[in-house]
Amino acid sequence: MTSFQINGRAVTVDAEDDTPLLWVIRDVIGLTGTKFGCGIGMCGACTVHVGGRPTRSCITPLASVAGAKVTTIEGLNPEGKHPVQQAWADLQVPQCGYCQSGQIMQAVSLINDFPTPSDQDIDAVMAGNLCRCMTYVRIRNAIKQAAAQSARKVTTNE
Amino acid sequence: MFKKLLIGAVVFGCLGLASFGLLAWEPAIAPIVPPAAGTFAPELVAKGEALAGGGYCAACHTAKGGPTFAGGYAMATPFGVIYSTNITPDPETGIGDWSEAAFARAMREGVSRDGSHLLPVFPFDHFTKLSDDDVRALYAYFMTRAPVHAPARPNGIPFPFNIRYLQAGWKLLFFRPGRFESDPKKSAEWNRGAYLAQGLSHCGACHTPRNLLGAEKPGDVYGGAVIDNWVAPALTAANPAPAPWTREELYDYLRTGTSVLHGTAVGPMFPVVHGLAALPDSDVRSIATYFADVDKAADRLPFLSAAVSHAMSYASTRTGKQFNPDDNADSRLYTAACASCHYNAGSMPLIARPDLALNSAVHLSDPSTLIQVILHGISADEGMPGVVMPAFGGALSDADVARIAAYLRRTRTNLPPWPDLWAKIAEIRRAQTAAN
Repeated sequence: MTSFQINGRAVTVDAEDDTPLLWVIRDVIGLTGTKFGCGIGMCGACTVHVGGRPTRSCITPLASVAGAKVTTIEGLNPEGKHPVQQAWADLQVPQCGYCQSGQIMQAVSLINDFPTPSDQDIDAVMAGNLCRCMTYVRIRNAIKQAAAQSARKVTTNE
Repeated sequence: MFKKLLIGAVVFGCLGLASFGLLAWEPAIAPIVPPAAGTFAPELVAKGEALAGGGYCAACHTAKGGPTFAGGYAMATPFGVIYSTNITPDPETGIGDWSEAAFARAMREGVSRDGSHLLPVFPFDHFTKLSDDDVRALYAYFMTRAPVHAPARPNGIPFPFNIRYLQAGWKLLFFRPGRFESDPKKSAEWNRGAYLAQGLSHCGACHTPRNLLGAEKPGDVYGGAVIDNWVAPALTAANPAPAPWTREELYDYLRTGTSVLHGTAVGPMFPVVHGLAALPDSDVRSIATYFADVDKAADRLPFLSAAVSHAMSYASTRTGKQFNPDDNADSRLYTAACASCHYNAGSMPLIARPDLALNSAVHLSDPSTLIQVILHGISADEGMPGVVMPAFGGALSDADVARIAAYLRRTRTNLPPWPDLWAKIAEIRRAQTAAN
């Protein structure tokens, strides 16, 4: 029995300690916004936040997250209006959409760590999130827009 | 003539055995009725609780998934497998019938209530330094825990090492009982740190290499050791981390489990951090002061900014082109698998992004720690609280783990490559399977 928080809600799951967190999120808890892409942590489609940090849930064993706070794409913002999500909508980033939950979760953390990200920062931090539809150009532009938006918010709040 | 020599040799031998026997024999201390609940003052028990945390007794005296302090934790030693004992106050299988004198003798001299010698895998050579007050408080704490009926598991030590009587010989060679002695040339804070590190937290038990008979080498205190495929690095100036372990870094690491210039506490070090959480801040600061002196951090401070700049240089666009430090398959594998969390830019790494160029694991002469972390990741209750590193053991082949490790060694350090990475990785995987 492993207890943790998901999107602010306490859950207790009865599954083997080495069950990938991704399975627990999708099959046990029923949140299917997070996707399975490769199963070896090399495509980023399964990216969620654990303790606010982006984590590949397909290679994270359930036992690892005991007591931790997990956030999925569904929990990023109650109305889906996180600045990153808004930029994604503005620039019509997704094509098929399969990789985009992971892209968004990773981008949120990128902007958190690098508030004015350079192309190099984006290259490095987003390198593990693959997109077969090649929306990379729109992803990059949306990240820059979201970062600028968040920066503007900070300055206008002062 | 020959007959005289023979008689002389036999008499000498008998005298020798008799002397050893006298030396080795310890009386049993009479059993007591387990003390009633209200016997100990609550403040004394609370003090004992903090001390038991600082000595992280639960880490060795609790089997995986088992009841706290009931023993059964397996330790693989060069002399065979040794299981920790039950130190709950159960009168039959624990220490419930031990008087305070018996408890104190065990801590200070390594002798059980029944007079048999304890194996030095129990670090009585450190606990001998504890003050009387602290031993009293620990006794109060342990006698007020929940008793658990759990008989000791037989150790897997071969003859003759399993003869407890012979442990007296080990003690004769390697053990000098005695309370901690302050160094008058050092500050009160240093001395408090030294007392805690040498006595209670027994840091040398892992961080000092041992000789063939398993005793800590007195000439190489805190020189570092490899235990169970994890590396306990040197805590002296020989520590290979690029940035010095200053008092601030040590305090952050020991108090929070992470420090910006060194990384996170994982593997067997994490129970130490977890235990130290029970000690007050001032005690952890004292330990930090002590070790900052042991590792001569002050001498190495001039190298700190160079070490950080070197680490940050891995983010720079040296060629003026897009991020592409050395465009080869190894760097691309690292970038795809690791950079999302480990990349840093700017002038200082972010504490939430442990920088691998600064991390000890890459600089140790033994790659075991790096391999362990890549294979098994870090759970939410280790390292940075609430944060995890996923486990790449099921995702990457041994060859790929070796490529990433070799890439980091080659690019982040000027140290010689690790020999036999594949073999080491395979060995660590095998040990994990055997443990399970």
